[in-house]
Amino acid sequence: MYDVAIIGAGVVGSAIARELSRYDVKACVVERDEDVCTGTSKANSAIVHAGFDAEPGTLKAQLNVKGNAMMDDIAKNLDVPFRRNGSLVVRTKEQDRAGLEKLLEKGEKNGVPGLKLLSEEELRKLEPNLADDVVEAMFAPTGGIVCPFHLTMAYAENAVENGVEFFLNTELTSLKSKGDHFLLETANPAHASIEAKTVVNAAGVYADWVNNQLSEKKLHITARKGEYMLLDKTAGAHVDHTIFQLPGKMGKGVLVTPTVHGNLLVGPTATDIENKEGVNTTLDGLDQVTAKSALSVKNLPLREVITSFAGLRAHEDSDDFIIGEAEDVPGFFNAAGIESPGLSSAPAIGVMVADLLRDKLSLSAKSDFKETRKGIVRPSELSAEEQNRLIKENPAYGNIICRCEMITEGEILDAIHRPLGARSLDGVKRRTRAGMGRCQSGFCSPRTMEILEREVPMDIYAISKSGGKSTFVVGKNKEIGRADS
Amino acid sequence: MKNVDLVIVGGGPAGLAAAISAKENGIDSILIIERDKELGGILNQCIHNGFGLHTFKEELTGPEYAARFIAEAKKLNIKYILNTMVMEIGSDKKITAMNRSEGLFEIQAKAVVLAMGCRERSRGALNIPGYRPAGIYSAGTAQRLVNMEGYMPGKEVVILGSGDIGLIMARRMTLEGAKVKVVAELMPYSGGLKRNIVQCLNDFDIPLKLSHTVVDIEGKERVEAVTIAEVGPDRRPIAGTEERYTCDTLLLSCGLIPENELSRGAGVELSRITSGPVVNESLETNIEGIFACGNVLHVHDLVDYVSEEAKNAGKNAAAYIQNGAARDTRTIAINPTGGVRYTVPSTIRPDRMDDTLTVRFRVGDVYKNYSIVTYFDEEKISERKRPVMAPGEMEQVILKKADLLERPGLKTVTITVEGA
Repeated sequence: MYDVAIIGAGVVGSAIARELSRYDVKACVVERDEDVCTGTSKANSAIVHAGFDAEPGTLKAQLNVKGNAMMDDIAKNLDVPFRRNGSLVVRTKEQDRAGLEKLLEKGEKNGVPGLKLLSEEELRKLEPNLADDVVEAMFAPTGGIVCPFHLTMAYAENAVENGVEFFLNTELTSLKSKGDHFLLETANPAHASIEAKTVVNAAGVYADWVNNQLSEKKLHITARKGEYMLLDKTAGAHVDHTIFQLPGKMGKGVLVTPTVHGNLLVGPTATDIENKEGVNTTLDGLDQVTAKSALSVKNLPLREVITSFAGLRAHEDSDDFIIGEAEDVPGFFNAAGIESPGLSSAPAIGVMVADLLRDKLSLSAKSDFKETRKGIVRPSELSAEEQNRLIKENPAYGNIICRCEMITEGEILDAIHRPLGARSLDGVKRRTRAGMGRCQSGFCSPRTMEILEREVPMDIYAISKSGGKSTFVVGKNKEIGRADS
Repeated sequence: MKNVDLVIVGGGPAGLAAAISAKENGIDSILIIERDKELGGILNQCIHNGFGLHTFKEELTGPEYAARFIAEAKKLNIKYILNTMVMEIGSDKKITAMNRSEGLFEIQAKAVVLAMGCRERSRGALNIPGYRPAGIYSAGTAQRLVNMEGYMPGKEVVILGSGDIGLIMARRMTLEGAKVKVVAELMPYSGGLKRNIVQCLNDFDIPLKLSHTVVDIEGKERVEAVTIAEVGPDRRPIAGTEERYTCDTLLLSCGLIPENELSRGAGVELSRITSGPVVNESLETNIEGIFACGNVLHVHDLVDYVSEEAKNAGKNAAAYIQNGAARDTRTIAINPTGGVRYTVPSTIRPDRMDDTLTVRFRVGDVYKNYSIVTYFDEEKISERKRPVMAPGEMEQVILKKADLLERPGLKTVTITVEGA
């Protein structure tokens, strides 16, 4: 019997697991996919919002501002790339000033520090590539950029180090209340039924289904698709701040931002869709991103696009986060409807839900909680002497596998052998960036496959992009055309 | 720090030919740095034949062609290191490299030949909409899996792009038992060589659909279907022309991009058209003593031309090491115009050129019964009729040194194509 079963290993589930692991508790995380961070957490703007956007008084507003303030310590303790690059919300000459002023007022009500309006002159100095029509902006110095993969993985790894079990490839098929506990049934024979005193629902776009298994207070979550384009690092310095658009005639607008790894990210669109697996990009969506981005930033080098992707926001009808114990189901806690600013709020949501569980289960603090986690060593961030010391200890750090991002075999070995290690090419990619560069894994994928085959070890036919049926090779040469194959 | 006269970055066909030529021209201190575990570069996975018709007057496979150059380099005792990545090239020709046994180390070179080759344009760079499942490979990645690892990436295949590697892989996958359903090409003409269309598609009844592109990829885990549609003159899909192909694999052969990240770091000026360095008649970049050849300079159709070009780069690098930089000398610009997209080289110093200079270029469209015309300023110098010119086939003009020296006031050589 587990004290807590958390459903979903996205950034929210993982943050809750980590904050919960401060206490003496038997907890597990149940995840459908083969890795952590495979849903909404992996495909978003990678922004730590300052917190001026949400309506004052909402959970979104409170937790965003709180989560933002926590991010420095979290990034330091868990070794996550994070930078406060500052955000700008720009208005064009067609838009009047009242919009910006209203936003500033809202931000101040939310407790966002340091907000101010910048004149065109000040702006041009900061960001010479702003579109010619931009005349004014609101500056939010606490806005930042973070690696969502690393944040989620850091939380998850640290939770594992502190005793939380993660069950991957474990899709929940039913969830029932058994009076004093809950029964979770899954599609994974190794963990076919799991009993837990309390359950946390961090199931992203499926959090409504999970809630509705138990609670009469029904939730309804719409998958709101956002499409993005990611540009090469050669375009990464096109803007330095995160550039938001003041909502206008063309809707909410898209953002243009550097990523914490030095690429440039442009997007998202916002389209409500029926299919909760609908992470396909569309011609129309990518066209919209192109057209809208030009409203705030000029001369975007779109020929430097290296990939496009789509993510799904878990939009709940109430338009706010749903966090807390369900009124009619004691012991069942929701962390549902976590759309933007979910990533920014995740540290605060983690603490909030862990505190609720602590009180519910009367948990006591663990004496040997490990507060810190070390990420994968990045030789490219070390001095030449340090790199050479590393290579001497482990020659794999002298062997470049991904030539675009200059990722060594040593980093890939670390990604495979650490807690919740990578078992797929996407797993390796999200942990190390191997395959995330301009050739998009054309060169390194056969080499990474070899390493997975040798190190896990695993059968070459089982090596996949992202688990399940996403395998790469279907047979040996000459064998596949035969009738018996 | 080690000192080497000539460092060659890349041990593929370009690097090998440059090294051999430099050695034959009197340079003993040469080092080829190769990132892979063997010399030969991409030729090692090109096991089809058709290589060497110009160089050796016989048809070789890629590995055979490479083997001849490797043997020659070994016979000449040219030094090379394998499994070694060049991390940085400085404009002072200081090279930082890394491998398992030596870690990070530096080499000071007198001259450098860039011979890093090119990479394939990815699905992401093409911005093809749809899902992002497994089963989407660049043609070269599939070629490596099949020819070097012995594994088939799929059974039912759609190919986007009619670049040569895609055409070769259409035949290769078919021979290995896969069903190649269609090759779609965005442009109204093929990007590959005519002979590959005939031998790799027509001979196997694989349809080639020109002016078509992929508009959707289905399948969340593995590719399940691909939809292609016809495109208009603006290269945008035409609604209502969609055709859906069930398949488990999409191969992409949509162009090659010279890999010049190291060159950029060294301050080498790059062309927006070729994505390769801008070079003079000696194949020297704007950074004195840094030369470029092969697919890092501009993408070639035939390795024979790579070898020829690289031989010149090696010879010129040798001359630079022996004689130092050229004194200020007259420079003539080559102006590609009227359908000629670019030329390599893009400038000529007549004093430094050989008796003849081969200027290579590509046209931007298909031209039937057009002539390649060369002007020296306003004066028409040569005109050569070509029945067909296409972007997929590299063209050339040969300039004579004597002609240039005769005209001391000459400013610009214009190369263009003209209709009848």
